[in-house]
Amino acid sequence: MIQTIAFYLFAALTIASAAATILSRNPVHAVLFLILAFFNAAGLMVLTGAEFIAMLLVIVYVGAVAVLFLFVVMMLDIDFAELRAGFVKNFPLGLLVAVVLLAEMVLGIGAYKSGGLVLGTADGTNAAPAGTTNIEAIGALMYSRYLFLFEAAGLILLVAMIGAIVLTHRQRGDTRGQKISKQIARRPDEATVNVKPEVGKGVQL
Amino acid sequence: MIGVEHYVVVSSILFVLGVLGIFLNRKNVIVLLMAIELILLAVNLNLVAFSAALHDLTGQIFAMFVLTVAAGEAAVGLAILVIYFRGRGTIAVDDVNRMKG
Repeated sequence: MIQTIAFYLFAALTIASAAATILSRNPVHAVLFLILAFFNAAGLMVLTGAEFIAMLLVIVYVGAVAVLFLFVVMMLDIDFAELRAGFVKNFPLGLLVAVVLLAEMVLGIGAYKSGGLVLGTADGTNAAPAGTTNIEAIGALMYSRYLFLFEAAGLILLVAMIGAIVLTHRQRGDTRGQKISKQIARRPDEATVNVKPEVGKGVQL
Repeated sequence: MIGVEHYVVVSSILFVLGVLGIFLNRKNVIVLLMAIELILLAVNLNLVAFSAALHDLTGQIFAMFVLTVAAGEAAVGLAILVIYFRGRGTIAVDDVNRMKG
């Protein structure tokens, strides 16, 4: 019973905040509604017993991606009212596409409910072993069978990081940075001189 | 009783909302990227629901890879957005014609 209540609560809040994300006038509000949508989707995932993915969703999205969005929204000085000019004009077409998509999905789910196609069942090789927690089972699978995919995921993140840095980094002319090659090329004999100036005369530097 | 169908319904509504968001906010790239994130969230929800329904962890592992790609996509997309704003002073993508494509 409590699962049903929790499911409907999370589902309703997820959908409502997703709608608010795409409809809100202020992009800062849109980001905050996106965070709410991700939180409630994480709740939906916890209900199925997938705690690891749910926590990952909260950490990665709320902790990193949403903050990145918020940062960019607040950093750029944009006239958002002007950007919403085509909102009303695009509404009928967007609604049409959305209704067609939803109708197709309803058709698909309806066909599935009246005895869907059986394309085979899971062979049980990736089933969670009895008595292990969700995180243990995922870890055992990820570091054995999906190890190379896992490393490829790390590579993707590395490439994305380097790409973002290269794209946004710019050389500024008005700063005095460290010139490492010049520092390394210095030798002691040319860096220091020993002079014995006569009394009353200045030193030539 | 809540079944996998309920999850499929929720995730398909979420997906459709994401597509609608792309159409409604054609000018504002930031909200466009957020709509793409919503679509990827719908995909993840679907994967996790079927993973639980089939007692098979592959769906959850694949959901993690989808999450990885989504995070990288958001980072690179926002970086492109920042340099675009630096060059033009606006983020209206309706009149992107620098490459004459």
